[in-house]
Order: sequence, then structure tokens, then C-alpha cells
Amino acid sequence: MGSTAPAVVAEAVHKRFGATAALAGFDLEVGEGTVCGLLGPNGAGKTTAVRILSTLLRADSGRVTVAGHDVARDGARVRRRIGLTGQHPAVDEVLTGRENLEMWARLYHLRARAARARAGELLERFGLADAAGKRVKHYSGGMRRRLDLAASFILAPRVLFLDEPTVGLDPRGRTEVWEAVRALVAGGTTVLLTTQYLDEADRLAHQIAVLDAGRVIADGPPERLKSAIGGDRIDLVLREPSGVPAAERVVARVTGAGPDTGRDARRVSAPVRDRIGALTEVMRALAEEGVEVEDVALRRPTLDEVFLRLTGRPAEAGGPGGAGAPAAEVVA
Amino acid sequence: MTAPPVPPVPALPSGPLSRLGWAWLDGWTVARRELIHWIRNPGMVVFQVLWPIMLVLMFGYVFGSAMTVDGGGDYREFLMPGMFAQTMMFGISLTITMVSTDAARGVTDRFRSMPMSPSAVVLGRGLSDVVNSALDLAVLVGCGLAVGWGFHEGPARALAAIGLLLLLRFALTWVGILVGLSVKPEAAAMAWAPLFPLTMVSNTFVSPDQMPGWLGAVAAWNPMSATVAACRELFGNPGLGGDSWAAQHALLLAVVWPLVIIAVFMPLAVRRYRRLDR
Repeated sequence: MGSTAPAVVAEAVHKRFGATAALAGFDLEVGEGTVCGLLGPNGAGKTTAVRILSTLLRADSGRVTVAGHDVARDGARVRRRIGLTGQHPAVDEVLTGRENLEMWARLYHLRARAARARAGELLERFGLADAAGKRVKHYSGGMRRRLDLAASFILAPRVLFLDEPTVGLDPRGRTEVWEAVRALVAGGTTVLLTTQYLDEADRLAHQIAVLDAGRVIADGPPERLKSAIGGDRIDLVLREPSGVPAAERVVARVTGAGPDTGRDARRVSAPVRDRIGALTEVMRALAEEGVEVEDVALRRPTLDEVFLRLTGRPAEAGGPGGAGAPAAEVVA
Repeated sequence: MTAPPVPPVPALPSGPLSRLGWAWLDGWTVARRELIHWIRNPGMVVFQVLWPIMLVLMFGYVFGSAMTVDGGGDYREFLMPGMFAQTMMFGISLTITMVSTDAARGVTDRFRSMPMSPSAVVLGRGLSDVVNSALDLAVLVGCGLAVGWGFHEGPARALAAIGLLLLLRFALTWVGILVGLSVKPEAAAMAWAPLFPLTMVSNTFVSPDQMPGWLGAVAAWNPMSATVAACRELFGNPGLGGDSWAAQHALLLAVVWPLVIIAVFMPLAVRRYRRLDR
């Protein structure tokens, strides 16, 4: 992670809201210039962590340093070096894209001319130049997110906080946001993003920290996390339920893991290490046994499966689109 | 994508003077945004202009035909200062709506995560509210002149009355910010409801002397009554007087009440803004 000090350090952070402990001994270290994905279901404390790190909320106890400054003692200095994109795009719907960026730039104390120039650059850079003169209420979800990112990026922050940056976006919007984030990281910005999607963390992050009930229960490079939870999974949907026992035998032999049989009694699923090798082998063996396969896919584990592996219990999610939402499928 | 040159991080303000400069500059940037919002919402502008005209016609002619002014005089002359102050009171619901919407949309969080002056957002709100209310008052004054109201004590005293009205509005802004930061936008839409009795139990439409004793006392000490009575005095409109100490010292109270409200609610609003725990 380089020779410089970490961009974000949180030690033993506690935060209670009334009777609920939102954070209970939260520890995290994010290296300068890297992307850390904070993964967890609703209510795990992701947003509370981001709000404390970005000086919006005070921790009850613990120590937090961001960009070399203590957030509790030196909030003003921290705020000069961070950017924040919250769960809802914090852009002004009534103003145009350009007016938004100029206003935020003025509030970062750029002079009028510098603010105009910076707004122009960022609109160009985030692919919004054509829509610069349109009011934001006519923007798509992805465009709003990108404008929000652009606003966070006016001063090129050392640390950028993204709280569920793609929630509620269609696949195209998600891709647009991912590309914008990658471009920022290429410029040296440290990014801490929260997400409910293992897939998203896996695509963007150098480090994934899994949050459960206010504390980090697993932390490391994505590869390590994935191998800890058994890597990707193979999903088979058979034409007839009668093929299930044979399919289970084949899958168990090839993958060396006990397969799960799904709800509709035609689905067999198991973790795989050698993705393509396992897929080829399973398909060949099933063909030999005469088991007809309707559908097959390789996919990342869902957050539910990650939690089941790490904690032995399902994620405690609330609300729609919670931990049960499937990760995007990777079709072989 | 080649990165364009990044603007330098501006220095933090060094002394109280440059801190004040920041607050002012940022406050103005925020106020400009609020005013753009207002201008780009023609429906709201039309409503805001029509509402007081409607009230003047309704109270001035519908009720006014059956009303007598305590001590004699034209009812519409009596009514107008009350309408001015009531409009200032109702302005608070705009403050509450805008503030709670910003908080719910995360705009407030972005402001708070930025290296800007912490008082600028609330100050900007206050500035734009006062400008907005000045426009309200201009409409109402025109409307009043059309229905026979007038100021009879010279322009200087009339301007002083307008100043007192805007002072009341400015004071109420802080209450509005505090409430707006504490409620959800859905609740904010109903925030005018408790205001309604507050504007009625006053000397706006009826002199407190004509009410039952306890109600009259509440009405006489209502901060809004002080501003209304002071305006009647400064405009030279009828309906002055009353025996209570409050009624006798309306001018003094019209200054003191808003200052007390500001002294109590401004720190509370700024504090609430700084540590928005939700």
C-alpha cells in the first residue's frame, strides 16, 4: 500500500443511537490511493461509518484520522481534503448542471472565474458537457450520480467517500458510475465506498471490509475474501427434478464441495475455484450421465451467502433490495 | 481522460475578520441559490402573490363589513398592518419546507462536509428569506393602497415599520431552520397548521380588548401583536391602544421580541445544523 501513511484510520469507534449500537468497535485502515469497499447489509453501520469519517457525525468514542487529520479535533482541515457522495445525489434539481458545479465551486472558495473554468472541466470530464445547460431534474439517475461525483471532485479530494453510489441505478447507470470512479482512482484519489453488492466491491476495490452489526468481521484483498467464502458459484437449473441426485453427485465430485439444492427443486449450486475448468467438467459429466440442463451460470456469491459463510447466519437485512438482492450474474 | 490542473485548496480563514468574510460570501452564494429556486418556480411565485391579495379581499371585505374597529376608524386601515405581519409569520412555512427538503435530499450533508463557513447555510437561508419577504411586502403594500389603506406619518416612519416587519421575519427564520432540520419534508408541509392560531390569537383582526380576558392577555403578549401595534403606530393606522403594558409599549416590544427570538433560536439552529444526528 505504498510508503505513505494510510489515508483513513479508524480505531475502536463506537456510536450509539439511543438503545441501538450503530458502530461497536469499528476498526479500518485504508491505504493512500487505494479503493476500500465497505460491504454489509442494511443496518450494519455502513452509513454511520461514512458519516463519522466525513465529519458529519461525532463518534461516541474511538479515534478517526482522515487525510492525516483527526476528524473530531480538526474537522475543518479534514473537510478541505475530502469529498462525499451520499446515498441520494445531493445535487440541486432546480439549477442546471453547470450552475450546480459553479455554486459548489464557489462554496469551495474558488473565485468566480476559476469556479466557471473548473465547472467546465468537470462537466467535460464526467461526460455531462452536452447536458450542462439543462436543469438537473431532467437528468437520468446515472447523470445525477456523475454530477454528484463531479461536485465531490471540485478540489480533487485526497479521500472520496461514496455511500452506496449505485443504489437505484439501472445497469447502464451503474457502469457509468463505476467508470467515473475508476478514473478518479487512476488520478490518485483514495476511495472508500459502501455497498450491498459483493460484485460491485469486487469490481472496484483493492480491499474489502465486511461490516456486521457495527464491526468489521473480515478485511482484506477481494481474492482473500472470496477464497474464504469459497469463491464464485456454479448454478445449474435442470430440465427435470429427477436429474437432481445425479447432478449433485457430479457437482460434488468436480468441485469437491457439498452442493445446495435450491427452492424450486431443479436448481443445484456449489462454490467453484477453477471457474471455467469446473464448468466444462460438470457439463461434460452431466452429458455423459444423460442429465438435461436448462440453464447454467457462474456467479459471485450474494451478500447473503457471504454472511452465511462468515457468520453462520443470514444477513440481517431490512427493506427491499437488501442483502438478499442477487449479485450481477456472470454468465460463462 | 487526462486530468486537468486541479485548483489549489484554499487556505482556512486566519482571523475573526476573514471568518466573517467567509460567512458572508458563502451566505450570499447560498442565498442566490434560494432566490433562483424561487424565481424558477412560477407556480409558487403566482401563489405567493395571489395569497395575500386573496386574504386582504376576504378579511377586508367579507369580514370587514361586519367588523368595528376598537376606538373607531376604517377596518381595512386597521387590517393591513395585521396582514403584513401575518404574511411574515406564514413565511416561516417556506423556510421549514426548503430546509427539510435539503436535509432529506442530502444537500445539507454536502454543505456540511465542505470546508465552508458553518454559519453560511443558515445565514444564506435568512438572507434569502428576508429578500423574499420584502417582495411579499411590496405586493401587499400595493394591494393595501388599492383598498384604501395608507401611511400617514411620512415615509421615514413607514420604512421603519417595514424594517420591524422584516426583523420579525428574520427572527422567525431561525425558528423555521430549527424546525426544518428536525422534521421530515412530509411533516414540513403541515407546519403552518400550528402557526394559524398563533396569527389569529393576536391583534391582527380583532383588538385583544374585545376578547375574553385570558385570551386577550395571550393575544396582547403575542410577539406578532407587538409588531402589528408598532406598525399601526408608525403608519398612523387606527386601532391603537389597549390598556395592557404590552399594548402601551408596542414599539419597544416589536424590537425586543425578535431579538429575544434570535438570541434563543439562532444558536439552537446553528447547533442543530452542525450536529445533524440522524
